[in-house]
Amino acid sequence: MAINAMSISFRAGALSVLILAIFLVTWHIATSGTGAVQQMDPEYAKLMGLNATQGKSAMPGPLQVGATLWQHLTNPFYDNGPNDKGLGIQLAYSIARVGMGYLLAVMVAIPLGFLIGMSQLMSRALDPFIQVLKPISPLAWMPLALYTIKDSGLSAIFVIFICSVWPMLINTAFGVASVRKEWLNVARTLEVGAFKRAFTVILPAAAPTILTGMRISIGIAWLVIVAAEMIVGGTTSRSRTSSTRSS
Amino acid sequence: MTEKLISIEAIAKRYPAPNGVQTTVFENLWLGINRGEFVCMIGHSGCGKTTVLNILAGLDAPSEGVVIVDNQAIEGPALDRAVIFQGHALFPWRTVLGNVAYAVGSKHKKWSKAQVNEHAEKFISLVGLKGAEYKKPSELSGGMKQRVGIARALSLEPKMLLMDEPFSALDALTRGTLQDEVRRICLSTGQTVFMITHDVDEAIYLADKIVLMTNGPHAQIAEIVENPLPKDRERNQIHKHTDYYAVRNHLIDFLVSRSRTFKDEIAGKPWDPMNVPLVRPVAIPPSAPEPMRKRA
Ligand SMILES: Nc1ncnc2c1ncn2[C@@H]1O[C@H](COP(=O)(O)OP(=O)(O)OP(=O)(O)O)[C@@H](O)[C@H]1O
Ligand SMILES: [Mg+2]
Repeated sequence: MAINAMSISFRAGALSVLILAIFLVTWHIATSGTGAVQQMDPEYAKLMGLNATQGKSAMPGPLQVGATLWQHLTNPFYDNGPNDKGLGIQLAYSIARVGMGYLLAVMVAIPLGFLIGMSQLMSRALDPFIQVLKPISPLAWMPLALYTIKDSGLSAIFVIFICSVWPMLINTAFGVASVRKEWLNVARTLEVGAFKRAFTVILPAAAPTILTGMRISIGIAWLVIVAAEMIVGGTTSRSRTSSTRSS
Repeated sequence: MTEKLISIEAIAKRYPAPNGVQTTVFENLWLGINRGEFVCMIGHSGCGKTTVLNILAGLDAPSEGVVIVDNQAIEGPALDRAVIFQGHALFPWRTVLGNVAYAVGSKHKKWSKAQVNEHAEKFISLVGLKGAEYKKPSELSGGMKQRVGIARALSLEPKMLLMDEPFSALDALTRGTLQDEVRRICLSTGQTVFMITHDVDEAIYLADKIVLMTNGPHAQIAEIVENPLPKDRERNQIHKHTDYYAVRNHLIDFLVSRSRTFKDEIAGKPWDPMNVPLVRPVAIPPSAPEPMRKRA
């Protein structure tokens, strides 16, 4: 059994490497070819850069990307002014923003989810608001955030917050509402107070569902940060990914 | 010993039915339970046994009537009435000790952690789970889980122990051992118990009194059967007792037919739900006239 399992993981690894190699080679061949050189207005040619004027592909080849990547990885913390910082610094900014937005979302979603899950009244009362706000796209929040908050960093944090709050809120409310009645009855027969019951019975019972919501939310936060920083700008990991071409 | 601990007075439970009228599960139910008594309730599925138990526990409120414990009407769940739930209802994120200690700590809020654990361990070993204190419920067999539930309830040293079919999910062998243990513990501490069961033999082995409930809706207590077997009965000896088959047949007879036809049985006769007949089925001596012996 063990030998079989090992050989399977070994073969899977070898296959992965092979697929990567084929991908890189295809990429290299596809981008190295010289296309037809276009005749164009010198002004326009200047705008388009060497790629278009000399028949090179617009897409950088694997070697080019590798070299740039290596250059950024080996020197991640340089700082040449507001629009040119090392990869490490930009990553740190992005992580800090995701962390801030996510933390705020946790702080709002979990207590609110508890309230909704425990009280039928609150659940009914807040449901229309949740149903209206939840489907709003991150892209739609961004102009609103930029316009009202003005600061680009805070806007990004807000957009991350507002987009990652929903899965957590809904999962927490659902987890709290579906705690087994028997467990609550045990707590009731033991005359456990509401506060202690929330922490010693409901929280552990709902924890798996709450954690699922938190996992979904962190995934969303990472998706949203890329979009948010593209639009709101500032020091981002995004500016690295799109600046290779123009440099 | 005949002091009344619990007095169920004229309770009814009604649920709104979809068509607007109410369905009455039971109504005008009266029952007294004396201190130190072991009372079993038998009846068909759906007649409202769990509802009665939940009302006794304070987890459910009657639509009418009151339940009085120690001269006080109950208003909700309380630590002096411990419940052993049918599905054991242990917290899966706590160990055996943690589950029992949670109950002990809820009752004795001023105790130190060591005191709480010591008290909990005492009851864990009482139900024969010494050595399994640090196991999680998922690591226990069904019988062991139910034992933890029993230990948790007993550790509260309640005035009243309420059990809803506590052994119905267990295999016959485990059920037997647990019945023995519960009986031993309850006898030695003079515990007052109200238990629901579907098992006639379990009722005969454990109960002092067996409450017979007719089929719902509009269920009622038909009669209270006094167990004629001696208090010091033994599981593997009871079937040799002269009165054993008299009780057993009486109970089975009720479950098979009388629970259904009871309303016709009392039709036209005076019926006082406050004082239902107390019956003590005993073996009929051979000299008795023929028709009387048929049942025994
Ligand atoms: N929430 C509810 N709404 C409407 N009817 C209910 C509700 N809860 C219970 N009932 C009804 O009350 C009756 C009694 O239920 P209960 O659980 O007390 O029965 P039981 O005697 O314990 O049955 P079993 O032996 O199967 O456990 C049932 O007929 C059930 O349909
Ligand atoms: Mg029931």
